[in-house]
Amino acid sequence: MKYLRLIWSAMFRRKTRTIFTLLSVLAAFLLFGLLDSVRSAFANAASSIAGVDRLVTVSKISFTLSLPKSLLSGIEALPGVAKVTYANWFGGIYQDPKNFFANEAVADNFFDLYPEWQLSPAERTAFRNTRTGAVVGEGLAKKFNWKLGDKIPLQATIFPQKGGANAWTFDLVGIFRATNPKLKAEESVLFFNWDYFDEARAFGNGTVGWYITQVSDRKLAQQVASAVDALSTNSDHETKTQTEQAFNAAFVSQYGDIGLIVGSIMGAVFFTLILLTGNTMAQAVRERIPELAVLKTIGFSNQSVLGLLLAESVLLVLLGGAIGLVLSGLVVDAVRAAVGTAVPMTRVGASIWLRGLGLMVLIGLIVGALPARRGMRLRIVDALAGR
Amino acid sequence: MRESRLRRFGSLIASLIIAAVALALLVLSPWWLLLAVLLLAVLWTLATRIGHQAWSVTEVGLATIPQRLGASSVVVVGIAGVVAVLVALLAMAAGFEAALQQGGTDDTAIVLRAGSQTEINSVLDHDSANLVAQAPQVLRDAHGQPIASPELVLVASLPKKSSGLDANVEIRGIGERAWSLRPNVRIIAGRKFGLGLREMIVGKGAREQFAGLELGSTLNLNGQTWTVVGAFDSGDAHNSELWADTDVMAATYRRGSSTAAVTVRLTGADAFDAFKAALASDPRLTVDAKTTRSYYTDQSAALSKLIRILGITIASIMAIGAVFGALNTMYAAVATRSREIATLRAIGFRALPVIFSVLLETMLLALAGGLLGAALTWVIFNHYTVSTLGQNFTQVVFAFQVSPPVLWTGLKWALAIGLIGGLFPALRAARLPVTAGLREL
Repeated sequence: MKYLRLIWSAMFRRKTRTIFTLLSVLAAFLLFGLLDSVRSAFANAASSIAGVDRLVTVSKISFTLSLPKSLLSGIEALPGVAKVTYANWFGGIYQDPKNFFANEAVADNFFDLYPEWQLSPAERTAFRNTRTGAVVGEGLAKKFNWKLGDKIPLQATIFPQKGGANAWTFDLVGIFRATNPKLKAEESVLFFNWDYFDEARAFGNGTVGWYITQVSDRKLAQQVASAVDALSTNSDHETKTQTEQAFNAAFVSQYGDIGLIVGSIMGAVFFTLILLTGNTMAQAVRERIPELAVLKTIGFSNQSVLGLLLAESVLLVLLGGAIGLVLSGLVVDAVRAAVGTAVPMTRVGASIWLRGLGLMVLIGLIVGALPARRGMRLRIVDALAGR
Repeated sequence: MRESRLRRFGSLIASLIIAAVALALLVLSPWWLLLAVLLLAVLWTLATRIGHQAWSVTEVGLATIPQRLGASSVVVVGIAGVVAVLVALLAMAAGFEAALQQGGTDDTAIVLRAGSQTEINSVLDHDSANLVAQAPQVLRDAHGQPIASPELVLVASLPKKSSGLDANVEIRGIGERAWSLRPNVRIIAGRKFGLGLREMIVGKGAREQFAGLELGSTLNLNGQTWTVVGAFDSGDAHNSELWADTDVMAATYRRGSSTAAVTVRLTGADAFDAFKAALASDPRLTVDAKTTRSYYTDQSAALSKLIRILGITIASIMAIGAVFGALNTMYAAVATRSREIATLRAIGFRALPVIFSVLLETMLLALAGGLLGAALTWVIFNHYTVSTLGQNFTQVVFAFQVSPPVLWTGLKWALAIGLIGGLFPALRAARLPVTAGLREL
């Protein structure tokens, strides 16, 4: 610590060069922050919302096929099952396809299984008692400026009403919010009553998109899943039941290997960065050879010269990298405020910072290693003589 | 003191403006204009005295590159990285777009239930499908039958070869006239499926991405066994699909006599408006008609735009890093040569050749970097096949297209980075005070 000023002034010996190098490091870690935020968003989609005690049952062939509602009583009767609910994807469009948000028809006990969505008891009763009622997440209501009592028209893409009309209108009776701030981004959903949906739609009546089963004990999850699937074995509607977490992970992986793409880009970026910062450090040491010799003359040991030079390169990367990560945090917040969930990004939080800091120290040590070794091995006589 | 600070500030502003103008010209101008500029520059070096001087100074600069290999490689590798990432992402967007759009033409039309954006959301009953096929604008074949294919789009989960995880594959039930509707489809292995049989043929892309689709293998769908009897290549997005007979498919998935959509061949591209109007005016139908070209363009627009924006954003941030790397290297190069430059100025060389030589050296390094990055991407990614989730909630298989326009964009970026990275050091070199430079050790 007591050498900090020495390291600092050595670092800014050539101001322009150091500032340019800092800006390169900054750019690299700005990019790291942004990409890691996207990568974490995809990784979280697989894990954050999903309770491990909830199972998803969909058609074995594809989740786009529906299941008969008659399965419900069978699942409810299984041992280890606490609660069962069901839902159906609606896929309605609000005004313009660009306004995309998820909208689903849900059974009246849906919110019992999803305590992470907080809906006041009065609004819950209103939702249950209003046939055409709908509830939306707080974020979504804010985005479209909806208030309780508003009518929300949705244009059906899959399910026309009896008689062929595509226009469905819902009455907004409740606004729910996420109890966990991490789930804020997932709030963009509209739920409405499955009973009304099933009664009014032109086809598919009596079927549901998927079942959600809450198990009484997490340890029973696997056992219950197999039991649910056994109910429909060899029928024309075989099911596949997995934990919500596994279901989401499988869905996300269908977009492609996000981790691989991000990894390759960051590989290219950091390879370049190591070369660039390494060059700066090599230049810095080359210029200062007489000074280093003086340091050794007045009693600095080889190890402390090595330490000073390594500390300098680590400090260089840390300084630029930290500013870059702070900037990436600001950019991510701005993007999230502007477009919401259209671009999946998590906040630049502790885990991204931890990974970033680790990388900074690592890169600092790598680029400092060769120049520092050169500084350590200097022979005072040769260096002072300029040989 | 005050005055000199003012002058420094003024020259900084001036060089920023020069850089911005040069950059704008470089980015906006087409290739032939750049080629013309290059030719002019070559003529200038050959024909004029200053040009001669410039070239000889550049030669000295280039000859000393091996002595500062480490520093110069920073420029080359930094720019190669930017170009590689940019070209790879642009090639991905181009490939996705091409895969979807090649399937679309102006003289074929797709008819969906009104309001459905995609085939997977659409349901047409048997009567509607027949009415659509009977429209007068639909081309008829030699037997007088309308060339129309009532199609069913369904989804099955199959394990992917790469990850072993289940992913959705699209199964398309096609009508018997689909073959004259899509004459570009070739059978590349085995044979076509038999009408009324539980047989299917697999697209080239699906065959590469999914396991268990070899000829003769069987699939279990809704408790029924299907046999793979052939493979086809359509050169477009249908390559990601499995094809079977619509009627048999409908029976397996209990869809009755309904279909998802009808695709028809029109009597000509100009017949589409009349076709659309005819369907709209028929009170028995509630359908939307689109040419297949606009249908597939709509499907690819969002994702390819997203990939492009992503590519340009990432490359811009990387480019900023690379510019500072290049600036560092070239400032250092100018500093080590300051004595030589001062000598040249003292014996009568003008400022222009010095500027020109530093700039040219950086641009050549940048060009080398650009070519290296472009070549790397081309070798690794050209025709590299991947798949992602498309609009029908199924996998769309597509290949990266490292095409000449994409490569050209990459090279332009390389030159732009070289221009910025070289211009400021070049101007510094020209402004070096001669006396101070000569005194420097």
